[in-house]
Amino acid sequence: MASYSTNEFRGGLKVMLDGDPCSIIENEFVKPGKGQAFNRVKIRNLKTGRVLDKTFKSGESLEAADVIDVDMQYLYDDGEFYHFMVPDTFEQHPADRTAVGDANIWLKPQDMYEVTLYNGAPIGITPPNFVELEITDTDPGLKGDTAQGGTKPATLESGAVVKVPLFLEIGEKVRVDTRSGDYMSRVKG
Amino acid sequence: MQFQLENIKTRALVYQKIRAFFNAIDYLEVDTPLLGKATNTDIHIQSIQAVTCDRQVYLQTSPEFSMKRLLVAGSGSIYQICHAFRDEEKGRYHHPEFTLLEWYSCGFDYHALMNQLEQLIGNLLDVAQPFQRISYFECFKTHLHLDLKSARLDDCRQCVAEHISGIDTLLLNRDDCLDLLISQVISKQFKGFTFVYDYPSSQASLAKLKRSNPEVAERFELFFNDLELANGFSELTDSTEQRARFEQDNARRVESGLESYLIDEDFLQALERGMPECAGVAVGLDRLLMVMFEEESLKSVLTLDTLNF
Repeated sequence: MASYSTNEFRGGLKVMLDGDPCSIIENEFVKPGKGQAFNRVKIRNLKTGRVLDKTFKSGESLEAADVIDVDMQYLYDDGEFYHFMVPDTFEQHPADRTAVGDANIWLKPQDMYEVTLYNGAPIGITPPNFVELEITDTDPGLKGDTAQGGTKPATLESGAVVKVPLFLEIGEKVRVDTRSGDYMSRVKG
Repeated sequence: MQFQLENIKTRALVYQKIRAFFNAIDYLEVDTPLLGKATNTDIHIQSIQAVTCDRQVYLQTSPEFSMKRLLVAGSGSIYQICHAFRDEEKGRYHHPEFTLLEWYSCGFDYHALMNQLEQLIGNLLDVAQPFQRISYFECFKTHLHLDLKSARLDDCRQCVAEHISGIDTLLLNRDDCLDLLISQVISKQFKGFTFVYDYPSSQASLAKLKRSNPEVAERFELFFNDLELANGFSELTDSTEQRARFEQDNARRVESGLESYLIDEDFLQALERGMPECAGVAVGLDRLLMVMFEEESLKSVLTLDTLNF
């Protein structure tokens, strides 16, 4: 496998660190005028999701990680694995609980997700930044209350629980930011 | 990149003020070549190579050697605003091509030069607080409780491990540790303009060693907050010592798997004829402009960014 030297480091580069695939988030070049150069790097372990601070002497290199992101359709959960499929090839990839992690609350059959494959196997699932999902459970709406202020919890069809305005009812669709879990708007129609 | 006409105009104004400052004290403005057949041997400074007329040449990493030849030739005190080039340096505070103000004050030592630099900066911008001065050794004692007089390699590595996360300290030599600690830990405590002076002799570069204490080099750096702005010395005038330092640099380059560079014999010959006692300093003008504009990156003060890094 190829390797990358510190001067090739940039956000999004996938490298191996201590045996795990990682993604570089940020790379800062630091160097006293007459001294040794270093790269201070923020890097995410793609298996654990944990973000680490690492400092390398400039010129060091890391092995490239065999990691690719592929858009796949979510099919179903068999209790052990979540099954995803590449629509063009019908190729299926089972992702275990660890790989899916916190993304499970956004999964809805037939919708598309970004699946991160390491050596061909899923290690992470990223939902789109915004999703539109139906409310399956919430307290009855308060008629006429469209002003700002109150919110109530609502369970969505994928299982996520988000805070929504009081006037929303079961069966209505909402647009949600999956990064923050925040309600954005009601979806009409 | 956005074309920032205001920044370009301010740069022009700063250059005018710098020239006025030096003209008033009768320093000669000089203009030395950017291409040279030899270059700086410093292990931490890589030269950009070029080929012209079938000859291997280097873009100068600073105008130091040429300016010192002028001093030997009897120029008296001189200054220069020029571009300098350093390979493999790109980042928030680095660009492979950058602007230097470099000058040499005859009859000065490094303390007198610090005063002069402070005066110049006071002419260029409003300085809120007085400049701080602290010795390199004091910095380490005050901020890290590390006594560099007695600290061994293991102590320095230990100190790095305590303050900097995720680093393999076994890869670091003593000066690597000190470089990391001063640039990433100690300087973060600096407020406003701060001079750090009296560097360990292992980091003497082209500075004279202190006669009373050869463990210490008569070198200083100026910081604004944690940003390094200038580097100055009481200049080494001894040609034998200078040659030994070049050769030692090249030996270390080879040891580290770097290419050894041709030593500048013209410069050494000039030193043999006798260079006047003087102190010299190089100021990173782009960084100074960053401070003036309160910009977060060096890129944003460049007149044009033609490399798009």
